[in-house]
Amino acid sequence: MFENLTARFEKVFRFLKGQGKLTEANIKEALREVRLALLEADVNYRVVKDFVSRIQERAVGQEVMSSLTPGQQVIKIVHEELIKLLGEKAEPLSLKGPSPVTVLLVGLQGSGKTTTAAKLALKLKKDGRHPCLVPADVYRPAAIEQLRVLAGQVGVPCYEPGQGESPESIVKAALNYAGSQRCDTLIVDTAGRLHIDRDLMEELRRLKQILSPEEILLVVDAMTGQDAVNVAEAFHKELSITGVILTKLDGDARGGAALSVRAVTGCPIKFVGVGEKLDALEIFHPDRMSSRILGM
Amino acid sequence: ARGRPVDQELLEELEEALIMADVGVNATSLIMARITEVIKKQRPQDSSKVQDILKDELVNLLTIPAHPLDPSSAKPFVIMVTGVNGVGKTTTIAKLANYWKNQNFSPLLVAADTFRAAAIDQLVLWGERIRVPVIKQQPGADPSAVVYDALEAAISRKHDLVIVDTAGRMHTRVNLMEELKKINRVISKKLPGAPHETLLVIDATTGQNALSQARLFKEAVGISGLVVTKLDGTAKGGTVIALCHELGVPIRFIGVGEGLDDIEPFDPVAFVEALLG
Ligand SMILES: Nc1nc2c(ncn2[C@@H]2O[C@H](COP(=O)(O)OP(=O)(O)OP(=O)(O)O)[C@@H](O)[C@H]2O)c(=O)[nH]1
Ligand SMILES: Nc1nc2c(ncn2[C@@H]2O[C@H](COP(=O)(O)OP(=O)(O)OP(=O)(O)O)[C@@H](O)[C@H]2O)c(=O)[nH]1
Ligand SMILES: [K+]
Ligand SMILES: [Mg+2]
Ligand SMILES: [Mg+2]
Repeated sequence: MFENLTARFEKVFRFLKGQGKLTEANIKEALREVRLALLEADVNYRVVKDFVSRIQERAVGQEVMSSLTPGQQVIKIVHEELIKLLGEKAEPLSLKGPSPVTVLLVGLQGSGKTTTAAKLALKLKKDGRHPCLVPADVYRPAAIEQLRVLAGQVGVPCYEPGQGESPESIVKAALNYAGSQRCDTLIVDTAGRLHIDRDLMEELRRLKQILSPEEILLVVDAMTGQDAVNVAEAFHKELSITGVILTKLDGDARGGAALSVRAVTGCPIKFVGVGEKLDALEIFHPDRMSSRILGM
Repeated sequence: ARGRPVDQELLEELEEALIMADVGVNATSLIMARITEVIKKQRPQDSSKVQDILKDELVNLLTIPAHPLDPSSAKPFVIMVTGVNGVGKTTTIAKLANYWKNQNFSPLLVAADTFRAAAIDQLVLWGERIRVPVIKQQPGADPSAVVYDALEAAISRKHDLVIVDTAGRMHTRVNLMEELKKINRVISKKLPGAPHETLLVIDATTGQNALSQARLFKEAVGISGLVVTKLDGTAKGGTVIALCHELGVPIRFIGVGEGLDDIEPFDPVAFVEALLG
């Protein structure tokens, strides 16, 4: 479906074989292919622009010009720069501080917050912690029930909100509940919302103030297109997120959103969701992501 | 942009706008090639004319000849709703049932997502809210069996319209796509000619992956219409331009919010204006 970048580069550099000399013109051609590959992978237009100009600086330098395999050399540079941008190495959750430590999950509708909350609970439980799930989505029909069912599957407690209880009141009560259940970590699921919904963004600010979360994780669907930058920028501006979780990477999306989100927030991508099952949560690997985005 | 000269810079800006609206690299080059040709012929002096040429081209690509989606054309009229995870299938079903109920149809909803936690409860709550009955079984039940029961119920209770909610699934998961095919077979065996409409729900925030989704869902169960959800955000949903064009499938409705009334029949002109605006 997508032409592999290596194959594309072969085309660009093929005519070089007879000539054996690299010019700025064919580097430019190669960079055009990089640009197209990134756009096809859904990396944001502006992010691509910046990225390609950075590559260009390195590519016209000695290391490529003097290379016998310029195509390989440019691909190597692209990979290196992508990995650099994606964050070099995996970053774990930060769960310092007095108990209960709080993790707040936020994001657009349907991105995978509730499922990811349960996945995180399972992971922390396996790590020997005592997590507790908190349903602060009072809007979506059966959202609380969904988290309760998942908590049952994981085998961790789930705070039970009263009729008509507000998200603010739920998270306040959950802080006490954690103590009564001897839980050391609260994982708070929130309602999906648009980044342009002022009231609901304001609500998140209030939840943040009550909870002082150690981690505020933006849950982003890996299939997201150009809009990822708007979403990430707005959530980051409003809440100062501490990290990102990229979901639904089990499909065939190239996942360029990873690059966009990372570029505009500077926040690390901490985990990736790779399925609907609760153990389908993996540590983020920048090198794998880089290959995936490039389609190789 | 009115009064600007028609030059390379203008064309580059339009190209950028298309890419930023998720139209995709290939569809964008195709569209730019076409409008460049029209510009050569018509020689417009004003940039606003170029905008109009582009609009016409996009509206053209989005106008797909197709049967109208008319629930009175069969009884019961069966609609199967499909799509990847979290795109808005269940919410769209509630909106559609409400929409047609207000036009005096009597819908029956089918909770054939027996997999996702509380998916059945979600549909049941919507059903209560709009006072439309929901056929369901236990979590984990065979979705085909739920659908079979629902069709029997729809026939005996003389419902006009049956809308089947299916579990979200990745189009790349072969066994889950087989499950969907099975549901489809059960429906057509029980009611020849049904499902009369198979909708694929596409989330407007989705990028180029929407094409792969559409290809594989179409291959599995034959998509007859699209619903584009979440157009109330800042995403433009331009990916559906390539999708309609390639698959020849019309967009039926758009979703513009989480509420019951946040659904509109698709209007290509309004869609294109929002996309370029
Ligand atoms: N294939 C796959 N599906 C996922 C993944 N993560 C979540 N899902 C599915 O995506 C859909 C939406 O997930 P939810 O957890 O309900 O999403 P949410 O963000 O809580 O949704 P709202 O609360 O409505 O905003 C469900 O069908 C999940 O099973 C993943 O990594 N891979
Ligand atoms: N803003 C906005 N949100 C929507 C729209 N349609 C659905 N949603 C929200 O998207 C989320 C997911 O919707 P669902 O209807 O549960 O999606 P689904 O496709 O049935 O999800 P699964 O069954 O888990 O695959 C919910 O929070 C809905 O309220 C829309 O048009 N606009
Ligand atoms: K989504
Ligand atoms: Mg949720
Ligand atoms: Mg659903």
